[in-house]
Amino acid sequence: MTSASPSPKSPEVSEKSKKYDRQLRLWGDHGQNKLERSQVCLINANATGTEILKSLVLPGCGSFVIVDGHRVTQEDIGNNFFLDVDSLNKSRAECAVRLLLELNADVAGEAIADHPDSLLNTDPKFFNRFTVVIGCHLGERVLATLSKVLWESGIPFLHVQTTGMIGWIRIQQNEHTIIESHPDNPKSDLRLDVPFPELVSHMDSIQLENREDTVKTPWLVLLYKALKSYISQGRQNENVSDCSPPERYPFSGKQKTEFKNYLREFLRSVGLEDMDDSFEEALKAVNTAILRTTVPDEVKAILEDAKTSKPENKFWILCAALKEFINDRDGQLPLRGVLPDMTADSEKYIKLQNVYRDKATKDANEIFDKACQIMKQSGKQGLSITVEEVRLFCKESHNLRLIRGYPIHEELASSPNSVLVDLAQNMEECDQELMFYIILRAHLRFHNEYSTYPGSDDSETDISRFKTTMMKMLNEWNTSVVAREDCIHEICRYGGAEIPSVAAFVGGTAAQEVIKIVTNQYVPLDNTFIYNAITSTTRSLKLAADL
Amino acid sequence: MGSKAGDSVDIPPERHAHVRKLLERPGPFTHPEFEPSKEAFDGFSSIVRVLIVGAGGLGCELLKNLSLLGVKQLHVIDMDTIDISNLNRQFLFRMTDVGSSKSETASKFINGRVQGAQVVAHHCKIQDKDSEFYRSFHVIVCGLDSIVARRWLNSMVCSLVEYNEDGSVKEETLIPIIDGGTEGFKGNARVIMPTMSPCIECTLDLYPPQVNFPLCTIANTPRLPEHCIEYVRILQWPKDNPFETETAIDGDDPNHINWIYEKSLERASQFGITGVTYRLTQGVVKRIIPAVASTNAVIAAACATEVFKLATSCSIPMDNYMVFSDVEGIYTYTYKAEKKENCIACSRSVTTLEFPLEVTLQRVIDYLKEDPDYQMKSPGVTAIVNGRNKTLFTHVIEQTKANLSKKMTELGIINNEVITVADETTPVARDFKITYKDAGMES
Ligand SMILES: [Zn+2]
Repeated sequence: MTSASPSPKSPEVSEKSKKYDRQLRLWGDHGQNKLERSQVCLINANATGTEILKSLVLPGCGSFVIVDGHRVTQEDIGNNFFLDVDSLNKSRAECAVRLLLELNADVAGEAIADHPDSLLNTDPKFFNRFTVVIGCHLGERVLATLSKVLWESGIPFLHVQTTGMIGWIRIQQNEHTIIESHPDNPKSDLRLDVPFPELVSHMDSIQLENREDTVKTPWLVLLYKALKSYISQGRQNENVSDCSPPERYPFSGKQKTEFKNYLREFLRSVGLEDMDDSFEEALKAVNTAILRTTVPDEVKAILEDAKTSKPENKFWILCAALKEFINDRDGQLPLRGVLPDMTADSEKYIKLQNVYRDKATKDANEIFDKACQIMKQSGKQGLSITVEEVRLFCKESHNLRLIRGYPIHEELASSPNSVLVDLAQNMEECDQELMFYIILRAHLRFHNEYSTYPGSDDSETDISRFKTTMMKMLNEWNTSVVAREDCIHEICRYGGAEIPSVAAFVGGTAAQEVIKIVTNQYVPLDNTFIYNAITSTTRSLKLAADL
Repeated sequence: MGSKAGDSVDIPPERHAHVRKLLERPGPFTHPEFEPSKEAFDGFSSIVRVLIVGAGGLGCELLKNLSLLGVKQLHVIDMDTIDISNLNRQFLFRMTDVGSSKSETASKFINGRVQGAQVVAHHCKIQDKDSEFYRSFHVIVCGLDSIVARRWLNSMVCSLVEYNEDGSVKEETLIPIIDGGTEGFKGNARVIMPTMSPCIECTLDLYPPQVNFPLCTIANTPRLPEHCIEYVRILQWPKDNPFETETAIDGDDPNHINWIYEKSLERASQFGITGVTYRLTQGVVKRIIPAVASTNAVIAAACATEVFKLATSCSIPMDNYMVFSDVEGIYTYTYKAEKKENCIACSRSVTTLEFPLEVTLQRVIDYLKEDPDYQMKSPGVTAIVNGRNKTLFTHVIEQTKANLSKKMTELGIINNEVITVADETTPVARDFKITYKDAGMES
């Protein structure tokens, strides 16, 4: 440091941030704040249910409520870690709340020893106070009613069930928007094909005179200069057919190979040797750095959504501002302002990095102004948007995601045509998970008809009863799909049993989906997940209304 | 009061009604050897002995899952003590347990909660136990974060395999390893049947060696906040000796991290680099891997299910590898990883290494450390030279260092000679046959 001021004081690290350190590295303090403000409701504290809550209480959800009218049985004690021998015959909600609260002193919990249907009867708005509602092993009727209530009030709802070796997660959300989707391999945004004026003038100010200097130059500069000279020489037009418009930049694999040859010669001409780090890095970067600057389809679809013309919340106001920005800029998103690391002299790298960062800040400020304007126009002054929020939004604008849901009650009232088509086409080598999805639907129906799970008592008699239910259902669906005998036998073998480790698998995955929903980070399941512990495989499905 | 561990109380059979259903009924997807019966559960529950290696994120979950599935004879081994940052996922530990033994605290908790559980804790290193100990288990489940420890355990279990005279494997000496690993929202679970399915060494390329920043970048041309932190950690700390002379950095000592943080900030501002934070400093110094409760729950559950399948035959075990990620939706991929024909741990063949005739001992050792197939840490080399066992190199004997610059041939290792290599990645020494390029023409 140049100044004589004392070194900055290290921050006090709170007990809480020490405890949550390993997860804060995934969703940050802002994600944690959202999690800590969440109120989760679990209906039925069976093995799967308490497993879900365990992975929500540990990372510190704000509070939870268990709604469960059952009393604890010996079977419950045997497969549920959050019930103990002292819990026998007591309220399952109360016992589970007590043992779950031991996990984290920062979390509040409450038990309501009642069934969800009677709660809905006395207070139809009971569930509206939660951030998210999770139902485990609900009957078909309650499931449909709850689905309707929660869909109308816009509260995310998960239905989770495990039966023997099979698990089922279904998420219902009207609309879920994500700014921080955290893609595994984010695309770079370097604008080599459409360099902004500040970048052009920075690049033009750099001279590649001697080797001593060039070896310390970031590959991005080398690549820029090589591209410029490649384009000016018209080399790119050599192999372009007449029917397609000539591509100025080497975007395709073939063009890139050609350009790499040119680049090699160029690098040697400015004094680099084949073994130099920048030489190798520049060649490697051709594939990832030279990209056509466009708006990803997923983002385009979001910006074309009707909600951008009538924005009702922060996300949609920002999208409306983004849309205006893109129109002004001939189809360009705001610059991300992120530079990958590259072998270079510190000063040269930092200067280049600042060119990108300054431009990103400028873009974000522009969007901030637009957003404020839109807020005023749409009468949403009550919302407050900070510059930091807008910067994050701009940085992530390439990765925005939108999920529009499909209500469970509609799913239950119609036939799952996409699944049936898929099954009908591959009857011989059918996907077990798809088959189990339709069997689970029949399973729900069976429970509705007989108030018991197939195979609860004598699995032999239940097999024929279950087959009847299944056949009736398939008839109603008017499908040629035939239920597989082996899968039917297997489901009846389970008799509705919840295997602790299967419950733990499904519980863990469902809990993470809840965390994604309440933190608005990472991309939740859309909308159905089947876990098959027989083969240790899984399948995700997107069920939707037929068009 | 509820009954506690070890009490010979009668547990009502309906307690395990859920698991019993699977073991009392036939099914279309069971192992051919599966015999459903009323007694199957009790047999499984009382006879099967399972060792859980690691009482951390996966270990706590495994203890819960396996004891609920009915496994009474559970052993858990871990040398670690509980840290506050464990509490967001290692759910058997509380704030008041910080500093206590993981294995002991976890076992005590399970034995108190699950009636009939008889978990035995081993608060020690895995290397402190001998082959007799490992041989006494039917299944070993591994929930480790260290690759070296995982490799050591894998080699130990592979070395327990015995062969008949005709070269076939004595099946009763095969102990399956179920291995789980997690990192953030990603994880994997695998089933290893030594000699039959790929072992850890067969698929060593799945654990790429850690990449460090080049020293010249750290020293001369930092560009990232991480470069500044590494500068302070590697170069400035030993020079400044901020605490007592020769004090090694303790990532858990806030004074140490504070000092590194402040010095890193200074260095960063000299270069105009932004982004050095306390959290990043700690992450770089301690090489912290993010971890969350849910992923641990999922991977441990997948592992426990495989133990259950192996021990009861109620379903066919996974063959043999599953990867999991829930960054975007919920994704898994289950596949059959390939066994390596001449694996140093699970095959009986002696691996041949070919070098130029003038190769030095140093070069051979570097090869064993750098080659992705071996990735050894600090190999020691012995060989039988002129009928006598001779130590060519070991880092504990100063005099052997002089051998490093010598040619192998000078040390008496002629073409097709076997060297024996010891390393911390394995409890048993490895034999390698050394051959020289073009050696055939000369002899
Ligand atoms: Zn192997």
